[in-house]
Amino acid sequence: MSVHVAPLKTYIYVFLALMFFTVLTVGVAFVNFAHHAPKGIGNVLNDAVAMSIALTKAVLVVAFFMHVKGSTKITPVVIWGTLIFMVILFVFTGADYLTRPMTTFVPVMSQ
Amino acid sequence: MTSQHESAPALPEKHYLSGAWSPQDWLLTKDHKRIGILYLVGISIFFALGGLMAVLIRMELATPSGDLMPADVYNRVFTMHGVLMVFFFLIPSIPAVLGNFLLPIMIGAKDLAFPKINLLSWYIYMIGGAMTFYGLLVGGIDTGWTFYTPLSSGYATGPVLTVAVGVFIAGFSSILTGLNFIVTIHRMRAPGLTWFRLPLFVWGHYATSIIQILGTPVVAITILLVGAERLFHIGVFDPKIGGDPILFQHLFWFYSHPAVYIMILPSMGVVSEIIAAFSRKKVFGYKFVAFASIGIAVLGFLVWGHHMFTSGQSLYAGAVFSFITMLVAVPSAIKVFNWTATLYKGAIAWDTPLLYALGFIGLFTIGGLTGVMLGTLGFDLHVHDTYFVVAHFHYVMVGGAILGFLGGLHYWWPKITGKLYNEFWSKISAGIIFIGFNLTFFPQFILGYLGMPRRYHSYPEEFQVLNILSSAGASILGIGFVIPVIYLLASLANKRYAGNNPWGAVGLEWQIPSPPPTENFETPPVVTDEPYTYPQPDEKEAPVGV
Repeated sequence: MSVHVAPLKTYIYVFLALMFFTVLTVGVAFVNFAHHAPKGIGNVLNDAVAMSIALTKAVLVVAFFMHVKGSTKITPVVIWGTLIFMVILFVFTGADYLTRPMTTFVPVMSQ
Repeated sequence: MTSQHESAPALPEKHYLSGAWSPQDWLLTKDHKRIGILYLVGISIFFALGGLMAVLIRMELATPSGDLMPADVYNRVFTMHGVLMVFFFLIPSIPAVLGNFLLPIMIGAKDLAFPKINLLSWYIYMIGGAMTFYGLLVGGIDTGWTFYTPLSSGYATGPVLTVAVGVFIAGFSSILTGLNFIVTIHRMRAPGLTWFRLPLFVWGHYATSIIQILGTPVVAITILLVGAERLFHIGVFDPKIGGDPILFQHLFWFYSHPAVYIMILPSMGVVSEIIAAFSRKKVFGYKFVAFASIGIAVLGFLVWGHHMFTSGQSLYAGAVFSFITMLVAVPSAIKVFNWTATLYKGAIAWDTPLLYALGFIGLFTIGGLTGVMLGTLGFDLHVHDTYFVVAHFHYVMVGGAILGFLGGLHYWWPKITGKLYNEFWSKISAGIIFIGFNLTFFPQFILGYLGMPRRYHSYPEEFQVLNILSSAGASILGIGFVIPVIYLLASLANKRYAGNNPWGAVGLEWQIPSPPPTENFETPPVVTDEPYTYPQPDEKEAPVGV
């Protein structure tokens, strides 16, 4: 199996991009998006922005530093397969949380 | 055994056992066959320890009062029984022993893709096992094998962390074995060995490996979080400090339900091989059986919530999990029906491996059908945490996984050792195990249905008759497990050589000497035939496929 090796220039660009996103992560930590969003989704927005940056960085690392870009077809299949199973774990567990009654149950003593 | 009298077989001059025998030669070996033997020794030790715990459990339950041991000791005994049997025997049994030994040979390879990682996985397994055994020696734990929080993370006494870390470490052995198998199957198949020419044993191990790689890291992280909560009191699972105990159950069962299929899928692969060999027929609906393995592996990841119907999980989530659980029955049933159809009008040879395979089909069917009952929301509420559940999972794990393992061990023992075992005693012990197993666990279905809860060391007197039946069955089962140890070890000393192919079976492993040479094949094989091409009545000889 031949291993695709990208030019050094590519790795430098990717590294610089990762540094940029790291600085961006720190920067947006000082911004409270809750002030700029409709009531109730402010905190969600903070999380969404931070996670989007982290996800972008993860994609760069996996694609370039882990050589998934340019590898054989089976590698992306493995990556996507793993992600799908992770989504299954999150979605099914989340479905329980979203539909679970969260009120406190107080048992009533029978007479 | 069909051809043992046709000629006078002898051991080959050079084989994997004829090399050097110093401890160093075994402990540093990279030969998949020797590593398989190392695993066989390891799982046998843990099976004996787990079995000893089972003896103590059944002795205690012979009388209604808790007179043999106090409740907290009983809790430790059944926990250690579960931990040792599940993580250190059932999960590695077929993949790490038979899979390690046979998978490369079955696909025409010299070894697994990563021989050093294969040896590393054995060391990891033994280190994990040693830590768990140490936990047992210093008092054991009382969390149950499920480590449910907040009991395990905040309240249980004893070396919970030690045992949890032991299980955590052993998990990496499982991941490495799965990784090795997947790469080997993808990259090292012999020329001509297409995916649909693979033995179903290999398909079963491929599906198992997917689960090992995808599921095991989740339980490893979960156990790590339990340790972190115990040590640093971060709120993950304990509601008192902001955690959620049901989250633990989600994460634990995301792995541990598919883990049942880690135990059963390789066993199904073994049964497919045995049924074909002893009915002298192609496996009926080969592709359906192969894809059913993958189907079980995938669907097995979607049903974990059926272990949590009474946990406080959302009713809506429970209903969805209940529905998907019904779907898992479909690929499982495909296998059972297709094995039965394979036997139909076959030239049946009633040798010991087939007895185990037939035992597997019967017991797994009972285990599977009671699983469908338990997957039904309403019924599960009635029998949850009763002996009905205990009986169900023992029908799947012991009736399924262990009978499959014993069937496979008897089928390939002549290949592994080059020797034939005592056929009379092997059939007797297969019968004893079948009777002992049913006598042990069938009464537990009734006990559970009547309301006897699991994990208590005492019970009302009206349950005693059924409990005595169960304890008597366990004694018979124990004898049934000891007999094979005696005649299999005795076979090593006799001079009844197996020859290359004592069963007259097809498949690459039967075309090489017994025991196999270190490099498996003198010349790389080329596969030209479909799998299981047994000669039909109008043909004379089996095509060898090489």
